[in-house]
Amino acid sequence: MDLECSRLLPALCAVLVDPRQPVADDTCLEKLLDWFKTVTEGESSLLLLQEHPCLVELLSHVLKLQDLSPGVLSFSLRLAGIFAAQENCFQYLQQGELLPELFGETGPLGQAAWAVPTVRSGWIQGLRSLAQHPSALHFLADHGAVDTIFSLQGDSSLFVASAASQLLVHILALSMRGGAEEQPCLQGDDWPTCAQKIMGHVEESLCSTATPKVTQALNVLTTTFGRCQSPWTEALWVRLSARVACLIERDPIPAAHSLVDLLLCVARSPVFGSSNGNLWEMVAQALSCLGPTHVGPLALGILKLEHCPQALRTQAFQVLLQPLACVLKATVQAPGPPGLLLRAKGTRAVAITPGLLDGMADDAMTVDALLASKSSCAGLLCRTLAHLEELQPLPQRPSPWPQVPLLGAAVTVLRLCDGSATPVSSVGGHLCRTLAGCVRVQRAALDFLGMLSQGTSPQELVMQVLAVLLECLESPGSSPTVLKKAFQATFRWLLSSPKTPSCSGLGPHIPQFLRELFLVLQKRLCSPCWEVRDSALEFLTQLSRHWGGEADFSCALLASEVPELAWQLLQDPESYVRASAVTATGQLSSRGLHAPTSPQHAVARQSLLRELLRILSTDSEGFPRRAVMQVFTEWLRDGHADMARDTEQFVATVLQLASQDLDWEVRVQGLELALVFLGQTLGPPRTHCPYAVALPEAAPARPLTEALRALCHVRLFDFAFRALFDCDRPVAQKSCDLLLFLRDKIASYNSLGEANPNTNSVEVSPWRRWAGEQTQPQEDQEPEAVLAMLRSLDLEGLQSTLAESSDHVEKSPQSLLQDMLATGGFLQGDEADCY
Amino acid sequence: YCLSGHPTLPCNVLKFKSTTIMLDCGLDMTSTLNFLPLPLVQSPRLSNLPGWSLKDGNAFLDKELKECSGHVFVDSVPEFCLPETELIDLSTVDVILISNYHCMMALPYITEHTGFTGTVYATEPTVQIGRLLMEELVNFIERVPKAQSASLWKNKDIQRLLPSPLKDAVEVSTWRRCYTMQEVNSALSKIQLVGYSQKIELFGAVQVTPLSSGYALGSSNWIIQSHYEKVSYVSGSSLLTTHPQPMDQASLKNSDVLVLTGLTQIPTANPDGMVGEFCSNLALTVRNGGNVLVPCYPSGVIYDLLECLYQYIDSAGLSSVPLYFISPVANSSLEFSQIFAEWLCHNKQSKVYLPEPPFPHAELIQTNKLKHYPSIHGDFSNDFRQPCVVFTGHPSLRFGDVVHFMELWGKSSLNTVIFTEPDFSYLEALAPYQPLAMKCIYCPIDTRLNFIQVSKLLKEVQPLHVVCPEQYTQPPPAQSHRMDLMIDCQPPAMSYRRAEVLALPFKRRYEKIEIMPELADSLVPMEIKPGISLATVSAVLHTKDNKHLGPSPQPETLPPTSGKKRKRVSDDVPDCKVLKPLLSGSIPVEQFVQTLEKHGFSDIKVEDTAKGHIVLLQEAETLIQIEEDSTHIICDNDEMLRVRLRDLVLKFLQKF
Repeated sequence: MDLECSRLLPALCAVLVDPRQPVADDTCLEKLLDWFKTVTEGESSLLLLQEHPCLVELLSHVLKLQDLSPGVLSFSLRLAGIFAAQENCFQYLQQGELLPELFGETGPLGQAAWAVPTVRSGWIQGLRSLAQHPSALHFLADHGAVDTIFSLQGDSSLFVASAASQLLVHILALSMRGGAEEQPCLQGDDWPTCAQKIMGHVEESLCSTATPKVTQALNVLTTTFGRCQSPWTEALWVRLSARVACLIERDPIPAAHSLVDLLLCVARSPVFGSSNGNLWEMVAQALSCLGPTHVGPLALGILKLEHCPQALRTQAFQVLLQPLACVLKATVQAPGPPGLLLRAKGTRAVAITPGLLDGMADDAMTVDALLASKSSCAGLLCRTLAHLEELQPLPQRPSPWPQVPLLGAAVTVLRLCDGSATPVSSVGGHLCRTLAGCVRVQRAALDFLGMLSQGTSPQELVMQVLAVLLECLESPGSSPTVLKKAFQATFRWLLSSPKTPSCSGLGPHIPQFLRELFLVLQKRLCSPCWEVRDSALEFLTQLSRHWGGEADFSCALLASEVPELAWQLLQDPESYVRASAVTATGQLSSRGLHAPTSPQHAVARQSLLRELLRILSTDSEGFPRRAVMQVFTEWLRDGHADMARDTEQFVATVLQLASQDLDWEVRVQGLELALVFLGQTLGPPRTHCPYAVALPEAAPARPLTEALRALCHVRLFDFAFRALFDCDRPVAQKSCDLLLFLRDKIASYNSLGEANPNTNSVEVSPWRRWAGEQTQPQEDQEPEAVLAMLRSLDLEGLQSTLAESSDHVEKSPQSLLQDMLATGGFLQGDEADCY
Repeated sequence: YCLSGHPTLPCNVLKFKSTTIMLDCGLDMTSTLNFLPLPLVQSPRLSNLPGWSLKDGNAFLDKELKECSGHVFVDSVPEFCLPETELIDLSTVDVILISNYHCMMALPYITEHTGFTGTVYATEPTVQIGRLLMEELVNFIERVPKAQSASLWKNKDIQRLLPSPLKDAVEVSTWRRCYTMQEVNSALSKIQLVGYSQKIELFGAVQVTPLSSGYALGSSNWIIQSHYEKVSYVSGSSLLTTHPQPMDQASLKNSDVLVLTGLTQIPTANPDGMVGEFCSNLALTVRNGGNVLVPCYPSGVIYDLLECLYQYIDSAGLSSVPLYFISPVANSSLEFSQIFAEWLCHNKQSKVYLPEPPFPHAELIQTNKLKHYPSIHGDFSNDFRQPCVVFTGHPSLRFGDVVHFMELWGKSSLNTVIFTEPDFSYLEALAPYQPLAMKCIYCPIDTRLNFIQVSKLLKEVQPLHVVCPEQYTQPPPAQSHRMDLMIDCQPPAMSYRRAEVLALPFKRRYEKIEIMPELADSLVPMEIKPGISLATVSAVLHTKDNKHLGPSPQPETLPPTSGKKRKRVSDDVPDCKVLKPLLSGSIPVEQFVQTLEKHGFSDIKVEDTAKGHIVLLQEAETLIQIEEDSTHIICDNDEMLRVRLRDLVLKFLQKF
C-alpha cells in the first residue's frame, strides 16, 4: 500500500463508522473491497492490520453501532473475510474474538440488520473468502455456521440463496481437500464431519417432497461436480446416485430443470470413466420420463458429449427429433401427389434412415405439448429447431445426419406457418390452426433451414427449398423480421448451391431462380416499410459481393430494375436505408453492375461518384456518410475506374470532407482511406509477423520527395496532424498509427539510400497550429516541413498516452479514497473532483 | 330471421320483447358480376360480342346473353339480389338499426316497397357517406341508359340450361334493378340520427345503443337490452388503428347473446402486408411508365390508402405522378371525411385542434398531387397526364368510370389494375375484359375482425351464446384444412343461413315492475333466510308502453267503473278474493309426530317416500303426505279432523 493511501486510510475508516456521515455509495465500497483484495494478494494481511490498526478498529466498531448502514456492515463482513483468508491473520483476528463476533450468533446474525439481504449476502461472502484453510473449518463447525447456511439456501433473496449454495460447495470441497481426498471411501463413512454434515443435508433434501429443497440440493451437487474433478466426487456420486434415480421415478419429476443440469454435469465430468453404466441408465430413464420442455436440453447435452454409449445417443437423438417427427407425421401423406414432391421425398428418406423419424411412436407428452397452447407449441418447436441448429456443425453430431427428413420438417413447419400445409390428422389440423401466422416459429424455421444448407441435399430438393424461400419472400403477409431471415437463408442456400462444370459458378437452375428472385427483390425495394427496403439492400450487397463476377448473375441482375431502384434509394427518407443503398450501389458499381449500358444509365453511372460526394457533404445523418467513406475506401483499395482517372483529386476531396465531418467514425474512416492512399503511394505496410520470411524491400514506386509531394497535395498531413489532437480518442489513435506507419516508411526509404532531405535549413512552424481550430484551407505544405514535424513529434509517447483509458487517473486507489472522503466532507478545501 | 346470405352484407330481423328490429340492410351486389359492363363511351368490343346459343344451336337467348372469352353474361341493366322479403312481413318491422354505410344499401327497397312504417337509426357519418354511396350507384347506372331489360333467362326452366355461374345463381326472380334518387331520398328521410352510447328507448320495452366499432367513419355495433336480457349485435368491427374511432369492446360484456357478422372476407391477408404490396406494385408500374387503376368505393379504405401514399410517394420518388380520384361524389367524400372530427381516431381528432385537416389528403389536393373529378368527361380529359394513378368505382367493374379505364388500359402490359376492395372476386370481375394484357394485382384490404381477433374478443367479452352466419362455423371451402379460419368458442356458435329462423337461446324469466312509494311504504318484508326478505304484494298492475306500474295497494278504493260500456279486458279490475297467507318453511317429521301424539292421535306410522314422508294415522284412516313443496291431508269426509290436522301442520310453518 502506498504511503498516500496509508495516510488517508484512518480518516476513511472514521467516515465509514460515523453514522452521521453520508454513506458512500455501494460501488465505492465495492471498489474499495477490490482494492483490498489486490493489496492482500501482494502482501501479508497480518502485516497490513498491524500497520493500520484503524482497520481492526473499524471491524470491532461496526459491531457496536446500532444504526450503522447495512451497506457498511456488509462491507465490514466481507473485508474481515478477505483478511482472514490468510491463516496467520485469521489467528490474529481470532485472538481478538473479532471473528466470532462478526460471524457467530452474537453478531449481525441475531440483530435486526440481518433482515437486510445485503447484510446476509456480506456474511456469506465474508465466510466464502475466509474459508481457505483447516482452521476456518473448525471455526465454522464451532459456530454452527453450516446450519445457518443451510437455512439461507432457501432465502427470499435469490442472490443470497445462490451464494449460500455456492458457499456450501466451497466448504464441502475444502473439507474434502483436507480429509479424504487421497483415498476416497465410497461409503463416505470416514469423511470429515463437516462433509458428512453437508452430505447428510443434501441427501435429506433430495428425499424431500418440497420441490425448492430438491432444487437446492441438485444445484449444490451440480456446482460441486462442475467445479471439482477430484476422485472424491466419484464417491459422492456413488453415494447419492440412488437418491437422484428416485427423483426420476417420481411423477411429476420435481425440479426437472436442475435435474437435467446435474445429469449433464456428471456426464461431462472427467472423473467418471466411460464405464459409468449407472449414470447412463439414469440418463436413459430421464430421457424417457421427462416432459418435452426439459428433455430437449438433456438430449442436446448428451449428443454434445464426446464419449457416450451409442444406444443412448440414438435415444437422445430420437427424443430431440420427436416434435419434428410429430409435425411430419401429422402432415405427410405417404404417397405424395406430384405437387408434394418434397414431402414425398421426405417420407421416402425417412424410410431409409430407420430409427430416426420413421417408426417412432408418437410420444404422448410431445403431442400434448404441441397441442396444449399456441405458446407451448411455438416454444417447443423453436427450442427443437434451435437445438438441432446447434448440433449440426459439431463433429460429434449423430451420423448419418438425417438431412433430407430434416429439410422436409423445416419446409413443413414453414408451410404450416403460412397456412399452405395439408394436415392429414386431427393433430395436423390443430397444428395448422396453432402455427398459422406464427412469426416466431417462422423465424426459427428459416434459421434452421439456412443452417441445413451446409449439408448435401439432392438437387431437386434444393430447388424445392429455394421455391419455399421464394414464396416466403414473395408473400405479402411476411413480416419484416421474417423477410430478413428469409433473405439470410436464401443467401446461404445460394452459397451452397451445387456447382456443375457446365455452368458458370452457379448451379444449373440458379439463373432461373435469380430472375424470379430479382422480381421479388424489386418489389421489396419498393416496400413502404423501411426495414424491408433495408434488408433487401443488404441482401443485394451480399449477392453482388459474391457473384458480381458471374455472367449469369449479372445478366439476371441487369435485366431487372434492381440496380435502378437501389440508386433511387440513395434518396430514401430513412437514413439506415440510405446507408445500405450507398453500400449496395458502391458494391454494384465496383462490379460494373451499376446500371444497364443505355445512354440514360451512362449518365447515372458517372454521377454515382457525384451523388456519393453529395451524401458525404450534405447528409444530415451519420450512417449514410460512414457508408460512403467505406465505399470510397474500398474503391480506392480496388482501384475503381471512376476514381482511378484522377486519384489524387478524389482523395483530396474526400479527405477534406471527412476532416470537417462531425461524426468521429467518419473521420476515422477518412484516416483509413488516407492509410490506403499512403500504402499505394509509398508501398504496402510491412508485415509485423516476426516469423515471416523477410522479403527484400521492393523498390518504391516513386522517389520519396515526389511521393511526399503527392501526400501534401491531397492535404493528407493537414488532416492527419489535426486528427492527432481530435477530441475523440479513436480518431487521435488512428492518426497516431498512420503517422507512425509513415515515419517507418520514410525510414525504410532512407535505409535504401534515398537522399535525406535537409531539415536543418527549414524553419519549422509550430506544429501546434494543427491542434487549433483551423478550418481555412492552407497552401500546400512543403514535404521538408512535414518531415521535420514528423520527427519532432513524440508519436510513441502519444500512442501510449492515448492507449490508456480516459479514466486511468481516476481509477487509482488514492483517487478512490479521496473521493469517498470528499463525499464525507473530510477533505474540505481540497478541490479534488474526479467528475 | 336471416334475410341475407351474405355474411358481410347482413340483413337480419330480431324479435325481442314485443319489438321487431331489423339489423342492417345490406345489398348483395355480387349478382352484378353476371352482367356485361356498362361502358361510358361506346365500346365496339362489348357491343359486338357474339350472342350465346344452346348446345343444339338454338339461339333464342342471343339477345339477352352474350359470350365473352368462354363466359356468358346477361346483356341488360345490372340487377341486385335483395334481402328475403317472404320470410317475415316487413311491414311489421318497428325499427332498422344500421351499423355502417356499406350495410344500408338495400334500405330503399325495404323502406319504400314493403309497407315499412318504422324508424331507421344510424349515425350521421353513416347516413352521409351511405347517401354518397347510393348516389354514386344510382348515377353510375342511370347515366348509361340501357334500352334492353333481359328477363327471359330468369325463367327457371331456361336457367337450368345455362352455363355456370348463371345456372347456380340464387333467387334470380327476385333480382331487382337499382332504385332511383327519389327513392333514396325518401328512404334516407326515415333515418333518425344517433350518437355513440346514446340510449334509445323502443316502446319502453327495450333500449338500443350504438357503440363505436372501429371499422369505418360512424360505424357502430348495437346493444339491444331489456332490464334482464342483453343482445349484442357486432357487425363490421375492426381492432386495427385506422382512421375511425377505436372499437368499444367493454360495453359488449355480459351479453346473453352476441350476434357476430361482418368479419373480414380475406382472413388470410394481413392489411399491413397488403398495403405494402399495394405501394410496391404501384411504384413498380409507375416507374416503368405504366398507369395504375384502383377500382374502389368512394369512401373507406381509400382514405387510408391516400394517407399511405402521402407518406410513400415522396420516399419512392413518385411525387410528380398525379393521383386522380374520379367519382360523382369524389368531392363530397373527401370533404365529408374532414368534418366528422368527433368520429375519428384520437390522433386525427387532436389534429383538428391545431387546427389542421385530420386527413393528409387535404395537403395532396392543395399541392395538386391529388385531383378529383365527378367523371371522365369534362375537366378530367384536359388535365389527364400519364403515367398516373386512378382511383375510381365501381369495384365490381360492371359500371362506373372504371369500365372506361379497363377498356383504355387493358391492352398494355405496362399498366396495372390493383384490387383493394374485398367485396368482389377479382377473377370474376375481370372475366368480361379477357383477354387482358394489363397486370392484375390482388391486394384486398379488409380491416374487419379476423378469427384470431374474434377469439380474443370473445374471451374478453364472454357472451353466453354466440350466433353467427353458417359461413363462420366452418373453414372457407377453398381452404378446408384451415381449421383456424372459423369461430372457435364454447358453447359452439349457433349458425343461421339465408331464409332461416333461429330461436335465440335465452328464456325471459323476470320483468321489472316499478312500485309507487305509497305501496312500498305498506310493505313489511320478513327475513326468510339470512339476506333474503320477502313481502307479499297485492296490487293492481298497470301496464302501459311496456312499463309495469304497481300504484295502488288497495284495489277496492279504485273509482268504480261504469259497467255499461264494454271495456278492453286489460282495463278490468280483477276480482280480489280474500287473500290466503303464503306459507314457508319445512315440517320436521319427528316433532310433528310428537305433536300429533300430544293431541291424542295414536297408532302413528311414518313411511319414507322418494319425495318426503307419509304419516299414517291408522286409527283415523287418515294419511298426511308431506313433500318438499306440498302437504296433503287425505281423510274420509271428516272436515273437522282435516281442519284440526291442518292447524297442527300450520303451526310448523311461517305465514305472511
